Amino acid sequence: MIRYLVGRVLQTLLSMLVVISIVFVLTRLSGNPVNLLLDVNATQRDIDILTHHLGLDKPLPVQYSLYVKNVVQGDFGKSILTRRPVTEHIWERLPATVELGSVAMFLSVMLGVPIGVYSAVRRGGFLDSSARVFAVLGQSLPPFWLGLMLILLFGVILGVLPAGGRGGPQHILLPAFTLGYFTSAAIMRLTRSSMLEVLGTDYIKFARLKGLHEQIVLWKHSLKNALLPVVTFAVMLFVQFLGGAVVTETVFAWPGLGRLILESITTRDYPIVQAGVLVLSALYLVGNLMVDVLYSWLNPKIRYRSSAS
Amino acid sequence: MAIAYPVDESVATQRWRVRLGQVPVFPSLILIALVLTAVFAAFLAPHNPTEGDIMRKLVPPVWMQRGTWEHPLGTDRFGRDVLSRIIYGSQISLIVSLLVIGVAGIVGTLVGLIAGYRGGITDAILMRLTDIGLSLPTVLIAVVLVAVSEPSFRNVVLVISLLLWPRFARQIRGETLALKEQDFVALAVVAGRSSRWIISRHIFPNVVPTLLVICTLQVGYVILLEGSLSFLGVGVPPPQPAWGLMIAEGRGFLATAWWMSLFPGLAMLLTVLAVNLLGDWLRDRLDPKLRQV
Repeated sequence: MIRYLVGRVLQTLLSMLVVISIVFVLTRLSGNPVNLLLDVNATQRDIDILTHHLGLDKPLPVQYSLYVKNVVQGDFGKSILTRRPVTEHIWERLPATVELGSVAMFLSVMLGVPIGVYSAVRRGGFLDSSARVFAVLGQSLPPFWLGLMLILLFGVILGVLPAGGRGGPQHILLPAFTLGYFTSAAIMRLTRSSMLEVLGTDYIKFARLKGLHEQIVLWKHSLKNALLPVVTFAVMLFVQFLGGAVVTETVFAWPGLGRLILESITTRDYPIVQAGVLVLSALYLVGNLMVDVLYSWLNPKIRYRSSAS
Repeated sequence: MAIAYPVDESVATQRWRVRLGQVPVFPSLILIALVLTAVFAAFLAPHNPTEGDIMRKLVPPVWMQRGTWEHPLGTDRFGRDVLSRIIYGSQISLIVSLLVIGVAGIVGTLVGLIAGYRGGITDAILMRLTDIGLSLPTVLIAVVLVAVSEPSFRNVVLVISLLLWPRFARQIRGETLALKEQDFVALAVVAGRSSRWIISRHIFPNVVPTLLVICTLQVGYVILLEGSLSFLGVGVPPPQPAWGLMIAEGRGFLATAWWMSLFPGLAMLLTVLAVNLLGDWLRDRLDPKLRQV
């Protein structure tokens, strides 16, 4: 277990270093930051001073190590546009992304688990078949198009829900559904197969023989055990939401981190783009690490498999 | 029954025929239609996809008031024919996914074969790289990479390929590990065959079914990812009729000209649905091991 843990942590750190390196290379590709920072009629002397001040006259490896050092210390520099520290911008937008991700996860679980349970109980029935269609569609729907069509239906035609922005609970419904649709389908399928497995075990047969009420057998005895993989999966989904939030946030003008990154790409405010990508990737990587550790702790099979390979 | 097959078929052909059996009708038809549309776009499209008549902008589909048969699915804000753009857009989706699957498939398969067969330190290094590749948030990294390296057709293909090859490498390596232990590989080693010969003649032909399944299952993902990039304005640049771009262009016209977004999205949905259904079917037929939740 310790060996697995150490390996997994090291791998996460390596991945993070790769992301940092990608971002560093991008800063070099995106043109000289001095030209972005200075006025058009700046003199050569101004350029030299700023180049020196930013450390751009140092050799590349030195610049790289300085960059890594700053990032590790949480120093992302200042926004080119607003001159405020980048961290402030990030902190402003992060809550909205987390809020959207949490509600989307909640919706997927609330939708996916009950449908999954009933699909397992009434195998091959009407609900099971329609749930299958729902799941196959979930894999194939372009999320940005689904979002727009929901706006068209509920915002424009029916006029019952707002088309975008952040505000009361009615604002979050459409973006959360868009973000969570695909995953609720996945949760549903996972719950279904997990429930089918549990329902075939001896202790469930015994509980039924005892004459327990069917609803108690289902929701208390079976679901409790079937839910284990679903819970870890749900945490993983939340992490996925962070990475995929760019698209949904853009469709619904949701003022989150993904939207901030895209806005900053348009205005060429690269310090914010870099920091945004780093923060989202870090959350994503650490989240995945936590899921893996949690899962291997709950399920020893994984542990043995990874140490064997 | 074996007698039912014509005698002149080779053993390999027969084996594939038994494996495949009946091809599902709905997805195959849609995919055939898509390929034909893309190939014969110039003959099928009633109008030029990139040049419109500004006097005829925002014409609704034919079944609505003001709609004409001239533009069956309406026109966009520049007066470009939506149907013609969707027809030409199929070329972009098709070519992008073919190129990406080609590049990522070749790189990933090579990495997987080499890592699995060589083992040891080669395997360790290649698989750590693969793990890192798999752990990155795909959409986010793709958006930023394409945006900073200037959105273009080539960059979209390169970036998606870069993010996709680990998915191939991991599966192919697993298969290779299992195949390596088989007797026919051991015999080839004893017979003094080179590693390259063994990999290309004994291992590779046996991973082809798995490879086919992964390719098909990833096509839908590539089309959706390309669509997301185009939608966010960091994909194939305008005025190219990429479906994702068309959907994005219709965003500001949802209340007045919903057809600008609706139809290209439907085209994308149908395409991805067909590919995914076909992929699921192939997987069940060729490689039930891959079946996951």
